[in-house]
Amino acid sequence: MESSLVLRVVAKLLIPFILLFALYVQFHGDFGPGGGFQAGTIFAAGIVFYALVFGLDNARRIVPDRLVEAMLALGVLIYAGVGVAGLLLGGNYLDYFVLAADPVHGQHRGIFWVEAGVAVTVSGVMLKIFYMFAGRGRHDGDAA
Amino acid sequence: MSMIAGFLGGACLLAGAIFSLIGAWGLLRMPDFYTRVHAASVLETLGAGFILLGLMLQAGFTLVAAKLLMIGLLIFFASPTASHALARAAMLRGVKPLLVKAGEASSKP
Repeated sequence: MESSLVLRVVAKLLIPFILLFALYVQFHGDFGPGGGFQAGTIFAAGIVFYALVFGLDNARRIVPDRLVEAMLALGVLIYAGVGVAGLLLGGNYLDYFVLAADPVHGQHRGIFWVEAGVAVTVSGVMLKIFYMFAGRGRHDGDAA
Repeated sequence: MSMIAGFLGGACLLAGAIFSLIGAWGLLRMPDFYTRVHAASVLETLGAGFILLGLMLQAGFTLVAAKLLMIGLLIFFASPTASHALARAAMLRGVKPLLVKAGEASSKP
């Protein structure tokens, strides 16, 4: 896939900031607009931008299908793991107060990990959908 | 001082609104794809640029102004690139620009 010089230069300039902005939205979600869903989508958008400019095969080399599929499950595992950790520490499922000695601190810690799980799963799902649509009709048989 | 900045900001907002109107009008009225891209890029650069500048002047020397500056930088890099990508894709797919034939007037009255 031949792409123009202008697009490649601007993509190289912008993609790091897109990924950084995703992290900002993720970790600033406690204090302002943002959170796991938005951060995951922005992160996936950075990778999609890369794929649009440099080609789908290069993007698949950087973020391989296996990693994307692992991210799908890993995020849900983190989310559920926070709940199970609450159970093991003597609270209810997804009870954040028991995660630290100080209940407020525990709440903070719990929401941090839940949001991390959401971000991982959302960016994985977005990338998986994009890969499946973009790779449609290109490889026969190994689409799944 | 802050009153002058406020007035200047208001003037910039008005200019941005006018450029946006011109861009939107051009997008509707222009005859073919390339001239429409041209009109839309006026909207993105001058319209959005003036509106952001006006908001920055009204915000003063604060964190909001810094964030607006970053949005401005993003638009400054992203929107000309988007216009370029659009026009290039159209060119590669064989969309021919609308040209004046010899002997005709160069634009309609």
